[in-house]
Amino acid sequence: MIETLLMIALFFLVLSILAAVYRLVKGPSIPDRVQALDNIGVNLIAGIAIISIFMRTSAFFSVMLLLGILSFIGTIAFARFLERGVVIESERNK
Amino acid sequence: MKKPNDIILRGVTKVAVVIIFTFAINLFFAGHHNPGGGFIGGLAFAAALTLMFLSYDVDSVRANFPVDFKVLTAVGVLIAVLTGMGGVFFDLPFLTQAFDYFHLPIFGKTELATAVLFDIGVALAVIGTAMVIIMTISEDR
Repeated sequence: MIETLLMIALFFLVLSILAAVYRLVKGPSIPDRVQALDNIGVNLIAGIAIISIFMRTSAFFSVMLLLGILSFIGTIAFARFLERGVVIESERNK
Repeated sequence: MKKPNDIILRGVTKVAVVIIFTFAINLFFAGHHNPGGGFIGGLAFAAALTLMFLSYDVDSVRANFPVDFKVLTAVGVLIAVLTGMGGVFFDLPFLTQAFDYFHLPIFGKTELATAVLFDIGVALAVIGTAMVIIMTISEDR
């Protein structure tokens, strides 16, 4: 019973990733693509969590944490590039 | 046009950097029997430093973290090579590692391996290389 529910949830997560990939390729503006990339990261974390419940293992937890950290930093870097035009500022301007 | 401020980003960074540093050290020491090790621990450490460079700027991070990353890379590679040379003096092949069990005061029976020293060299080399690449790409002077 629980395996069927997990497989259904995994199916819809993969469907959501495919929709985000469509937005990533087709997206008319750059912020659409950045949000699609962040959405793919979140859905990947959820998919790994469901697979780790399905296999009854805790070996993938560090993978989820690392994927969350890297997706967070990547989204921040893209947002800074879109807003400022420069990713890492060289001197303090305060 | 209003001037952008990033007070939320800086507030989140001060908390998240501590968590990422802790996770990097956990990954580094988990590498003996579990997934992890020097390479991925160094990469997580470099990710935390990158987050600090992103939310603050280069000068204020370098003022509080006065490490030359090129020297750090060289020291890491030197530690890794010297640890590998250790087996040669005992008439064993290059990169031979040894381990033994010790009774430490708090931890009890603990397995200490010389592979940890080699992993420290790998982690320092990875941190130095990643940060040199990022600083070289980002500088526009």
